[in-house]
Amino acid sequence: MELLCPAGNLPALKSAVEHGADAVYVGLKDDTNARHFAGLNFTDKKLAEAARYLHQHRRKLHVAINTFAHPDGINRWQSAIDVAAQNGADALILADIATLEYAAKHYPQVERHLSVQASATNLQAIHFYHRHFQLSRVVLPRVLSMHQVKQLARETPVPLEVFAFGSLCIMAEGRCYLSSWLTGESPNSAGACSPAKFVRWQQTPKGMESRLNEVLIDRYAPDESAGYPTLCKGRYEVDNQLYHVLEEPTSLNTLSLLPELLRANIASVKIEGRQRSPAYVAQVAKVWRQAIDRCMASPEQYAVQEPWMQALGELSEGSQTTLGAYHRDWQ
Amino acid sequence: MKYAIGPVLWYWPTATLETFYQRAAESSAEIIYLGEAVCSKRRATSFHQWMDIARMLALQGKQVVLSTLALLQSPSEVKELRRYVENGEFLLEANDIGTVNMAAERKLPFVAGPTLNVYNAQTLQLLLKEGMTRWCIPVEMSRDWLIQLLQQCDAAGVREQFEVEVLGYGHLPLALSARCFTARAENRGKDDCQTCCINYPTGRRVLSQEGQQVFVLNGIQTMSGYCYNLGNDLSGMHNWIDIVRLSPQGESTLAEVDRFRANEGGQAPLMMARGSDCNGYWRRLAGMALEGGR
Repeated sequence: MELLCPAGNLPALKSAVEHGADAVYVGLKDDTNARHFAGLNFTDKKLAEAARYLHQHRRKLHVAINTFAHPDGINRWQSAIDVAAQNGADALILADIATLEYAAKHYPQVERHLSVQASATNLQAIHFYHRHFQLSRVVLPRVLSMHQVKQLARETPVPLEVFAFGSLCIMAEGRCYLSSWLTGESPNSAGACSPAKFVRWQQTPKGMESRLNEVLIDRYAPDESAGYPTLCKGRYEVDNQLYHVLEEPTSLNTLSLLPELLRANIASVKIEGRQRSPAYVAQVAKVWRQAIDRCMASPEQYAVQEPWMQALGELSEGSQTTLGAYHRDWQ
Repeated sequence: MKYAIGPVLWYWPTATLETFYQRAAESSAEIIYLGEAVCSKRRATSFHQWMDIARMLALQGKQVVLSTLALLQSPSEVKELRRYVENGEFLLEANDIGTVNMAAERKLPFVAGPTLNVYNAQTLQLLLKEGMTRWCIPVEMSRDWLIQLLQQCDAAGVREQFEVEVLGYGHLPLALSARCFTARAENRGKDDCQTCCINYPTGRRVLSQEGQQVFVLNGIQTMSGYCYNLGNDLSGMHNWIDIVRLSPQGESTLAEVDRFRANEGGQAPLMMARGSDCNGYWRRLAGMALEGGR
């Protein structure tokens, strides 16, 4: 089972490798990937350097080119694929039929991984993409229960990758327009959810307010710490009840599912967070490396260690973690 | 321009649906989509009942399209879907790429629904080869984006091979989750949802702490807080859009078809109100924005 870690820059990538990542995924410095944030991601030159470093250490480089090509700039997506393939990417993480087609035609030797943004949640969808583009891997959206993951794993012709830890998308990825509803920009169209340029925090007599494009997402009491206004994690009212209507600020943590994921033959566990610091990546990689090694050595004896949970809890949104949709009670 | 009534995205009892489709049969809409497109737990209306309604509408001269689930997760859902794909009488709307696969393997034509990720001409060309005959654009797509895309289809010589449809009226389907938000609002999980969305025929309103209606909950689906309304944008659609879809909000939506038709040239503008209507997506703005209203 592969441990796949995120990196938003070279220091994070090196720190992932030093702490046990088998492979690292990155994005280029433009809107061709779903973490199109200022100050993040790789230029052509840095990408080549990343590939050299990873290959020296016998690790793999995955490059996410997982937004949907605009009709006015298809060249941008094609050139991102050129840059990645020509600078040593071992795998391209793709969501759009246009980019899958281009990659399969021009760089058949570079693995194609179906991005979570393609939203393939069932065997028929996997068949569709595999029939056309010969995939090496499918990244599953975070909407399937563990039971459903197992069912799919039994029948899929393509190895599966699942999200193991990090920010929790609670909607079927690639088909969520909540962000463009409020701001005009979505992961699909602009490569970011709840983009930072629309965010505003303001201290008011009623408390600290967080807004996204002027819409009030949450208001915090003096003793609460104010979070980033990701719109699906705001506090809203339904019938005069104020609560986290869609989801609490919390992170996904599937450490306890590792033996089941291993038994289900899941090829890779993915850590979310290309936007995170090298220190964060190091900490998460370290815990997951230990957990995977323990689990693979003796899955029967495997038990989640308290220090692991503590370390990951401290790195989590709102210091809370959840099993998300993998666990039916969450649904 | 033709008009379509989209599938009822809410969970309505069978009797309500039957009455609605009786009225729809008498409406001026040329095309009617029907079937459960949101949640597989909504089983009050059976496959055979949907087929009966479909046949009634076809007899009244409507073109009928069977719409299908947008989020397919379990093998049992795929199995049930097969009955719709293989119905043998009516055109199918595929709202998941898995459904496209099932139609293509059987060489059946299909409508590419608005929840498919279609953002460029390359994608459309592949779907055309798979059997697509009509494309309903994603809800977040703007007029500018669409025009560029269709010009590329023109250049590729495929523009005439399919119809283009836009969802132009109703609360917009924005997101789907494994979680049921309607059940959550009643403090229960999905496994114990008691199919409670049947009690909310137009969903549950979600307000910000300032009273702004941000979203509407519809089971596992999150919808726009405002009603999308492109009734005043029709005159700019003629070269690009063949069909305007109205998503049922109640029986009043059927009369909306006539108001839209009357304003195709801009001669009978519709009234729109800030805080309840919007037209942002089409105009390349935030979806919730409203231009030209008051």
